[in-house]
Amino acid sequence: MPFKRFVEIGRVALVNYGKDYGRLVVIVDVVDQNRALVDAPDMVRCQINFKRLSLTDIKIDIKRVPKKTTLIKAMEEADVKNKWENSSWGKKLIVQKRRASLNDFDRFKVMLAKIKRGGAIRQELAKLKKAAA
Amino acid sequence: MVAFRFHQYQVVGRGLPTPTDEHPKIYRMKLWATNEVRAKSKFWYFLRKLKKVKKSNGQILAINEIFEKNPTTIKNYGIWLRYQSRTGYHNMYKEYRDTTLNGAVEQMYTEMASRHRVRFPCIQIIKTATVHFKLCKRDNTKQFHKSDIKFPLVYRKVRPPTRKLKTTFKASRPNLFM
Repeated sequence: MPFKRFVEIGRVALVNYGKDYGRLVVIVDVVDQNRALVDAPDMVRCQINFKRLSLTDIKIDIKRVPKKTTLIKAMEEADVKNKWENSSWGKKLIVQKRRASLNDFDRFKVMLAKIKRGGAIRQELAKLKKAAA
Repeated sequence: MVAFRFHQYQVVGRGLPTPTDEHPKIYRMKLWATNEVRAKSKFWYFLRKLKKVKKSNGQILAINEIFEKNPTTIKNYGIWLRYQSRTGYHNMYKEYRDTTLNGAVEQMYTEMASRHRVRFPCIQIIKTATVHFKLCKRDNTKQFHKSDIKFPLVYRKVRPPTRKLKTTFKASRPNLFM
């Protein structure tokens, strides 16, 4: 199985440990074997260990260490935000965040919706069973 | 970034003025220490070896911490050092890639401790410099100078995002590929 996601300049990655957990960042330069210089539109450029990054499929076209405005423009052109939110990985994270931020009333509504959905599925199943019998 | 163990200080000192020498020469040193107190002590240690002056007949005029001017760009640092091994003193030249000089110095101390079992008191930094990438000598740093650097991350260990979620036993064998 060859590798598909590479550490390269312009690779978009997700921070999966530490203070910036859950943030999408762009690899802007490689310090050495273990660390990369990483940048995002709303944070100071900093170095971060590869162990804290999960590489994504998205890659943007930038040169080494671009200026902040160049980076933001390149991210807009590549439409990173929409690509991320439409990917299955990104959608999963959005749903997880929404579920974690529900209040009690919301959870009550979810419970009612689940019961309703279960009821509809059971009705269809009963119909199919009767047709097969 | 993470707090550095080693800070760079500029220490300026001279011998106390005496009746024979009204204006003694002032010496300045840049050195690395964990705090200011240790920096002043290290200053006297080095000055004693170079000039006939001790802390008891000298005074420190200024001590300032030196901060990195551009902590967001990567530089190649060359460090010349003199260290004491079990058999004698040796000189060494090492290269590191880092964003700040303090980070490179910290890398150097940890590498010397691991590779040569040399601890902090036995290492003296002779000189540090930012090296232009054309003048780097070590292949280890030169391999990161390619402008189109690209490599996959092999052997990805999935870590829990906080230490609280760490478990000793796992239900299934973790997938190390991606």
